[in-house]
This record gives sequence, C-alpha cells and structure tokens, in this order.
Amino acid sequence: MLRYLLHKLALIVPTVFGISLAAFAFVRLLPGDPITALAGERGVSPERYAELVERFGYNRPYVVQYLEYIGRVLTGDFGISLATKRPVLGEFQALFPATLELATIALIIAVLIGIPAGIFAAVKRGSWFDQATMGVALTGYSMPIFWWGLLLIIFFSGYLGWTPVSGRIGLQYFFKPTTGFMLIDSLISGKSGAFRSAASHLVLPAIVLATIPLAVIARQTRSAMLEVLGEDYVRTARAKGLAPRRVIGLHAFRNALIPVVTTIGLQVGTLMAGAILTETIFSWPGIGKWMIDAIAKRDYVVVQSGLLIIALIVMAVNLIVDVLYAVINPRIRVQ
Amino acid sequence: MKKKLTFAAALLAASVLGGMANAKQLVYCSEASPAGFDPSPWSGGNDFDASSRTIYSRLVEFEHGKTTITPGLAESWTVSDDGLEYTFKLRPGVKFQTTDYFTPTRDLNADDVIFSFERQWKKENPWYSYLEGTGWEYFTGMGFPDLLKEIVKVDDLTVKFVLNKPEVAFLPDLGMDFASIVSKEYADQLDKAGTRQQFTQKPVGTGPFQFVDYQVDAVIRYAAWDGYYGGRQKIDDLIFAITTDPAVRAQKLKAGECDIMSYPAPADIAGLQADPNLKVDEQEGLNIGYMAYNTTQPPFDKVEVRKALNMAVNKQAILDAVYQGAGQAAINPIPPTMWSYNKEIKDDLYDPDAAKKMLTDAGVTDLSMKIWAMPVSRPYNPNAQRVAELIQADYAKIGVKAEIVSYEWTEYRERGKAKDRDGAFQLGWTGDNGDPDNFLFLLGCDAIGQSNYAIWCNQEFEALLQKGKATTDVAERTKIYEEAQVVFKREAPWLTIAHSKVFMPMNKKVTGFVMDPLGIHRFDGVDVTE
Repeated sequence: MLRYLLHKLALIVPTVFGISLAAFAFVRLLPGDPITALAGERGVSPERYAELVERFGYNRPYVVQYLEYIGRVLTGDFGISLATKRPVLGEFQALFPATLELATIALIIAVLIGIPAGIFAAVKRGSWFDQATMGVALTGYSMPIFWWGLLLIIFFSGYLGWTPVSGRIGLQYFFKPTTGFMLIDSLISGKSGAFRSAASHLVLPAIVLATIPLAVIARQTRSAMLEVLGEDYVRTARAKGLAPRRVIGLHAFRNALIPVVTTIGLQVGTLMAGAILTETIFSWPGIGKWMIDAIAKRDYVVVQSGLLIIALIVMAVNLIVDVLYAVINPRIRVQ
Repeated sequence: MKKKLTFAAALLAASVLGGMANAKQLVYCSEASPAGFDPSPWSGGNDFDASSRTIYSRLVEFEHGKTTITPGLAESWTVSDDGLEYTFKLRPGVKFQTTDYFTPTRDLNADDVIFSFERQWKKENPWYSYLEGTGWEYFTGMGFPDLLKEIVKVDDLTVKFVLNKPEVAFLPDLGMDFASIVSKEYADQLDKAGTRQQFTQKPVGTGPFQFVDYQVDAVIRYAAWDGYYGGRQKIDDLIFAITTDPAVRAQKLKAGECDIMSYPAPADIAGLQADPNLKVDEQEGLNIGYMAYNTTQPPFDKVEVRKALNMAVNKQAILDAVYQGAGQAAINPIPPTMWSYNKEIKDDLYDPDAAKKMLTDAGVTDLSMKIWAMPVSRPYNPNAQRVAELIQADYAKIGVKAEIVSYEWTEYRERGKAKDRDGAFQLGWTGDNGDPDNFLFLLGCDAIGQSNYAIWCNQEFEALLQKGKATTDVAERTKIYEEAQVVFKREAPWLTIAHSKVFMPMNKKVTGFVMDPLGIHRFDGVDVTE
C-alpha cells in the first residue's frame, strides 16, 4: 500500500510543474496585460507604461520570470495580487471555505440523488422511470449554468419568494467568521435564525452547482450497474434465491462502485469549474468569482497562483480517490 | 395560557420592531468589490464609492448632484493673481473617525493635507510604495507630479499649494477621489506598529460614514460617523451588498434584499419601473459615446470624407435600437449639461445622398473600412456591436463596405491606439470632475497614444485647449471652449454618437438620494422612511 501511495505521489510532482508552467503561460497568452487593464479608459502614457513594466519585471525573459515565480512558490510565497495588493494565499484562504462549503453540499446532493436514481434506472431498465431519469440527466448536463441559475432565481426567489436571491446569509446577521464555513459559523454565533438563513442561502447555488455532477453520476451509476447486473455471479446469486435487494445492494452495487467513485472524484474538477459561474450569479464570495475578477483584470499573480493552488487541491482529492480504490478493490494495489 | 402566549409574542414583536426602529439601515447593491479602502491608489468607480465618498472628505467637494465646487475640509481659499498659489484655510475642529483600531488625539490639520498628497507624489516618502506596485495612477494621470511645485504648511490650519504653471481645473481636481484627505496620525501609528498594509484594509477618514467590516467579495459595513463635520447622517448603518450580475441586483431590489442598486441592465429598467414598490431615478449622464476616425490614414485624413461618413449615419435609429430612448444624439464632444456647451452648433445632417456625393467629389470610390466595436457594455454605449451593425448598414447605402472588428477589452483599447490603425474606433468617456477640459483633453496632441484615438493633432484646437487651461475667468473660458467645439465640429475627427441617460432604481422608502453627474454614488443625506 505504501509503495502504491509513493508511486502516486511521484506522479504528482511532474504534474504540478506542468500545471504551474501552463498557468504561467496561459495568463500571458491572454490578450492585454495588467498595466493596461488597471489603467482603464483613461489609458497610460507610453513612458509610464514602460516604467511600470520595468517595476513589475515584465520586460525580463519569460524563463527568468517563471523561474523566479516557481522559486517563490516552492518557499510558500504565492505573491501579492496586482489589483488588491493583498497576498494571494491570504485571499485564497479567506475565500476558499465559501467554495468548499458550496461544493461539498453540491456534491452531497449529487451523490445522494444521483446514485439511487442511477441504480433504480438500471434495475428498471427501459421503464418510464429509466427514460425520464436519463432524459432529465441529459437536460441537466446540457443546461448552461448561467441561464439555469438565473431561471431558478427568478422563479424561486422572485416569483415564489421561497429562497433569498443571493449572498451567503441575511444581512441582519453580522458576526466574525470563525471557520469560514457559514453553516458552522452561524451555529457557533448562537444567533437565532442565523443557521436557517445560511442554509436557505445555500439551496439555489448548491442545486445549480450539483446539476451537472448529478447528471453524470446518475448516468455512470446506471451504466455500471447494467454491466454488473449482466454478470454471471449476479445471475448465480439470483438463481440461489437471494432477495433482489440483497443481490442489487451487495453483489451488484459494490462491484459497480469503482467507476462510480472514479466519476465522483473527477467531479471535483467539474465542481471547481462550475463554481466560477455559480458564484458569479449568486454573488457567492468564493474562489470562482475571485478567479473571474482576476482574469478580467489580468492579475497575472492571482491567476497563475490561484490556478496552481486549485490544481493542487484537485490532485489531492484525486489521490484520495485512488487510495479509496485500493481500499475498495485490493487488486488495484497489485496492478 | 393562550393569552400569555399572545402577550409574549407581542412583546417579542415589539422588541424586534423596536430594535429595527433604533437602527436605520440602507442596503446598497453595488456592482463590484473594492480593491482596497485607500481612496488614492485605485481608479474604479466602485473603489471610490466604497472608500472616498463614504469614509473620506476632500478640501473641496462637488455640490451634491452638481459639478460646482463647494467648501469641504477647506472652509475658504484664495488664489494668487498669477494662478500659481492656492492657499486653503482648513475648517477647525474636524474629527477623524474613532474606531476600535484607531483613536485620534488631534483634529485635522495641515500635516494631514500635505501627507495626503506627498505620499502619492514624492518617491522618497515611505508611504509612496507601501503597496507593492502602486503607481498612484489618478494622481499621475491628472498631471499632478508636473503641476505641483510644493505644498507649504503656513500654520496648523492653513496650507498653500504652489504650482509650476497655472491650471484652472486645479480646484475641481481637488474635489476628485484621489485627492481625499487621510490621517497622518493614523499612518504614523501604523508605521510604528509595522502594519502599513492596514491603512487600506482598515480605513480612517473624516467622511460621513466610518468603516466597520468587510467580508471579501460579499459585504461592506459602515456606521454613521457621529463626529462628521457636516452633521450626523440619518441612517445608522450603510451596507454594500456586492452583487456583480445586474439581473441579480434587480431581483434583489425587487425582493427587498437591497434598497438601492447601481447600473441596471437596460433590459431590466422597464420591469423595475413597473414595480409598485420601486422608483427609478434617471439623469443625463456626463458622458459621450463616439467613433474616432484615424485622421492620419487616408482617406480619413480628409475632412470631407469624415464629414461625409458622419452624414451617412442615422443617429436616431441608433438611439431607438440601442439606447432604447435612454439617450440623446451627441453633437459636440462635451455633454449638453456641462457649462460652455455650444448650443449654436448644428449636427451634421443625416443625408445619405449628399454624403455619397461628397465622397465622390473627394475622389473616394469603393471605400472599404473597418468599424471597431467594443466587446463590453459601457454607460455611454450599451451595445457597441449593434451600433456598428447599424452604421455598417448606413455606410452600405452610400457604397462604403464596412467590416466590424472587435477584440477582448484591454486588447481592444491597446490596438486602437496604433498609429496605423485601420478604420473608425468606437469608445466613449465619462467625466471625472465636471470641467470641459476633462472631456476636450481627449483630443489634445499630448493625448495621442493614450486617449486620443482619432490621432488628431489640430494646432487651432490645441491652442484653444491650452489657452482654456491657462485662463481663470469662467466667462472667458466659456468663449474659448465654445470656439474649440466649432473647430471640432468643422474638422470632424469623431462621429459623436450619443450621451446616455443613467438610471438608479431604488425602493420608494429611500429618500434624499441625489444622482451624481460624475457617476459617484453618495449616501450622505439619504434617509429611509418606514
């Protein structure tokens, strides 16, 4: 198991360097630059532009800039935001709990609904339920997040008035964050109604963010289950007269779980990408909105370091998923 | 038992309502997060709303809702005859805000004024580089480093600005956000503690509201400052709920989650106007949307060609289709609400036939050109792509083939500055300080490569521009600028498209909000009626 873990860790090192290089190059490939972006419509004189380029060091060869950047990152210094002049890591730490909270709730929704829906669709293959579930899943998968979010806001917040429009908690609740997770902080605050307010603010963004992963998980569970249900050992279990629930739950589902766990692990990346749009629509103060603002302002430091940190987190989650495989299926460790 | 419960419920309701009545709150749905709370390093309108207009004050202020100058922290001033010395008498007894992180021991004095400017000006000042990479772009952009010779403390409450050259817009410039006055005592305290960064995170000013808390990208909280020299505000708590999407801001306003919002999307305005709980204030914007020809490139170097192209455009169609009634045709490079606007000037007549003939007479046939369209919606031009399409169709009628080009926003402005740029370039401007020079400088010879996208350097216009800058008498300046507008119209470096209206939707319970021609959102004097 330890060898397996070391092998996986060894693979991460070149990936991290690759991503850091890609992030560094990506932001510089974008048209424009931070100096012009920050100057706005007023513009900046050529002399002033040259002075600022010199000050930021953007006139040096890219290799030198990259090596300096990576050297700093290796010492834990992710740089200072060009736009806000605050440390990138500090901003990330302040905003990440909001994204993590949203993504976690979204993933829970996706798993709790997606897996049972997929199992049921597989068991009742060809039924109206199967067709309806897969139809809804396909629709959910194809739905543009931006439009979907706005539609839910207009209907549930505007028309029905059931949920708040945006934000993380009602403005009447004011307390210093302890953990950064609003559900927990609202409980700690001891203010009556705060938790309920925080939870109600989470409903719509979590549904929007969960939509695509839910669709993917439901479809993956269905196809994995269908494959397993056709296996000889399942037929044998049925022939032995085992209860259908036991056959599906114990014999079929456990074996169908590997590709489903893989899919769930991969959804972490989807959630991070989806968070960018979801957070923008719902004014959710997380890293998605932060990255969008940074890209618009050509804040090289935030974009390159932010992408790297997010990639590190996604890789860490995938590593955990890999370890989980090994726990679920010992053969993987040998392979 | 039932009676007891009813009584308890009534008591609870009374205490809640009582609590609400005690603290009057105004929630403003703002459009973006501020980069920081120091009023000087940044240049975004949202940065100014969140810092300079709420927390800070200036030596002079713009009259609420106007562009005229009134006394601010300076109760009076004198200008020397040569226009080189401005002496300000500071208002006595002005208090800096007392917060849980700073308790001032003295009132505002000349040291604060000098510090506020020198930190942006003198590179040897330790506060010049307290934020990594800060360029003090507004201070530099307004030409202050070349303009200022020295700032002298005459006594505690008298401060003298000595200039290198006369600058008539100097007073309005001092009313701008970058010229907000900060506390030197607070800066010294942070210096000692080694926590200079706190200056922009936990601000201290002399303005109507004091800073309470900022949850990054989410909520900014302010409280009325009891010691404000202009009197305590009627609202107790001012909250900025940062909501980037305009459609979501509109929904929040309708749902009562905020009381007032900035920059509604044009498509949402009718819906907001129809809501019985809301009102939508509107005002002529101090702005202009234009299309600049590259006057150095043939055939646009010929006045007749530029005039002919101007005459080919049906501005009314643009106003109807793009501005949807929320704008008026622009004739001059400055908006009609601004002093010195020349009312005598008539716009180029929309006449495709005459335009076609003028082009032929100028020897231009089979003209193919580019029309540049901004990729973003701006207050002065909500949909540049649509404007470009309409102009393209108009040009087709006179036999000119136009291709529409667009680039990513920063790239767009960068490419537009190229001296050999092909075609006509759409852009616009929103005024900073209500002075005509703040619009006309866009066409100055010095602005080529920066904001002069027509790459137009006309000696007659330039001489008037410089003369206007050096003249203090307003009546005389008015004449100079009226003449400059005549030259502009005759030479036609731009197609002046439109001046747009600006809308401010709010709940009907909000009173006293005055729309500002400079696009500032000020909450002093605002009240909320129950």
